[in-house]
Amino acid sequence: MLIKTHASGFNHPVPSEITPQGIYHGRRDLIKLMATGAAGAAMAGWAGRQAMAQAVQKPGKLATLAGGKSAVAGAVTMEKVTDYKDASTYNNFYEFGTDKADPAKNAHTLVTKPWSVAVEGLVKQPKTFTLEDLLKLSPQEERIYRMRCVEGWSMVIPWVGYSLSELIKKVEPLGNAKYVEFITQADPKTMPFVGSRVLDWPYVEALRMDEAMHPLALLTFGMYGEVLPNQNGAPVRMVLPWKYGFKSGKSIVKIRFTDKEPRTAWNKAAAQEYGFYSNVNPNVDHPRWSQATERRIGEDGLFAKKRKTLMFNGYEAQVGQLYAGMDLKKNF
Amino acid sequence: MAARQKWLLHPAAKPILFVVCLLPFAWLFYGAFTNQLGANPAEALIRATGDWTLRFLCIVLTVTPLRVITGTSALARFRRMLGLFTYFYVVIHLLSYSWFDMGFDFADIAKDIAKRPFILVGFSAFVLLTPLAATSFNAAIKAMGAKRWQWLHKLVYLIAGLGLLHFFWMRAGKNNFAEVFVYAAIIAVLLGWRLQQFLKKKRLQPTYGMGRKLS
Repeated sequence: MLIKTHASGFNHPVPSEITPQGIYHGRRDLIKLMATGAAGAAMAGWAGRQAMAQAVQKPGKLATLAGGKSAVAGAVTMEKVTDYKDASTYNNFYEFGTDKADPAKNAHTLVTKPWSVAVEGLVKQPKTFTLEDLLKLSPQEERIYRMRCVEGWSMVIPWVGYSLSELIKKVEPLGNAKYVEFITQADPKTMPFVGSRVLDWPYVEALRMDEAMHPLALLTFGMYGEVLPNQNGAPVRMVLPWKYGFKSGKSIVKIRFTDKEPRTAWNKAAAQEYGFYSNVNPNVDHPRWSQATERRIGEDGLFAKKRKTLMFNGYEAQVGQLYAGMDLKKNF
Repeated sequence: MAARQKWLLHPAAKPILFVVCLLPFAWLFYGAFTNQLGANPAEALIRATGDWTLRFLCIVLTVTPLRVITGTSALARFRRMLGLFTYFYVVIHLLSYSWFDMGFDFADIAKDIAKRPFILVGFSAFVLLTPLAATSFNAAIKAMGAKRWQWLHKLVYLIAGLGLLHFFWMRAGKNNFAEVFVYAAIIAVLLGWRLQQFLKKKRLQPTYGMGRKLS
């Protein structure tokens, strides 16, 4: 096909085609400059619109949490950002119900103040951080990531947070720390479905140490320029854009460093369906459905064909080397 | 009793029921065009039409027990319409899946069926329901003879089982069976009543079976 659409998937550019980082980072300034009149009145309207296009609209519902520019490669996708309404009403957060509309209806009972996160296990400096400590630990950055759910749908969400590696460096993991385990809140009093037999509570997720240290692995406190809504995992969660959404634990209360691969919640529920890695991979199907395509929420209308899913959700250039030499069919 | 019968026999009763049965479809149609089906309208449409198929199946299976238990013979005149609406919703369900989920790509559909056996179960239920819908008019009953027609239409019990299995299997991915059990309980009661009636009839006519054996 000569005419490329999103359906033809992600093509790697050759190095000579890649825009130098400096020019890329200056693109908005360039457009703004045009908008101020340098390019003439006729162009100004167009340029002004372009400058607005990726400026994330704050929904004005919760406290502001601004994130600065990120220097991390792959931190900001230029794809159209999903509507806040969709991102905050279509959620999987089983502690509040299994229907995707449930968390938005039920999560108001979650108590996020006071909140603390215990960091423990194989580290030199175990410590319990209050949320306030964590918020200040490193500068907040805006990261616009693709999010691909294992169920076959996706969104583009502007998160606010900083690389988990910043926290890891502070607590100084010991040499034998090979994995990082994320234990999330499980309070039957405020989370009505904790106690249902759907999963083994608390919801636990984990990463290999090198995955956890990857700069794209985001310790997340906000989205759309505001603090996280409860249904999206307030007050602190992980976001791992190259893995299926369920790997990104919500409402985290404990981070533990271990030497053995932890058993994660979905792996315990169905090991043959949900592997430890759960990297987005269009070539390895879920045993019960294809992972080759996805529906972009709010964009691919009823009659549109689903779009192709990208290897590592389009972050192959950044994270591919973490899995070099691994059989991804076996280590799914 | 007589008042109820008179009300059910009113010439407007059938048109009113027809409109009521169309309401879920009208709402979904309206919702799809005004973007009120939530973040994932394709999924919402597929699930809602599946739900309504199961609901109509339960409703149509309720007609006979209700008629016999309450002695309201007039209820029988609504059975065909309710059965046809069950078929209507299953057709919309199948169309929504093939169109909105699969984009009418039949190679993809074939692969999907191999991947997800619960779709095959649902599809079988649809195939089995088709001859029932096709023989719903009076001339078909005459042409087939009442006995054979009734035998064919007993397939609905199997179809109800397949529909439940389809729903159960779909929800198995999330270990989320609460709703499945509600439908299963309703269908179990409705089919259980028929089994009980059948056994009662057998007990009341013990010579009927023996006589046939001797002849």
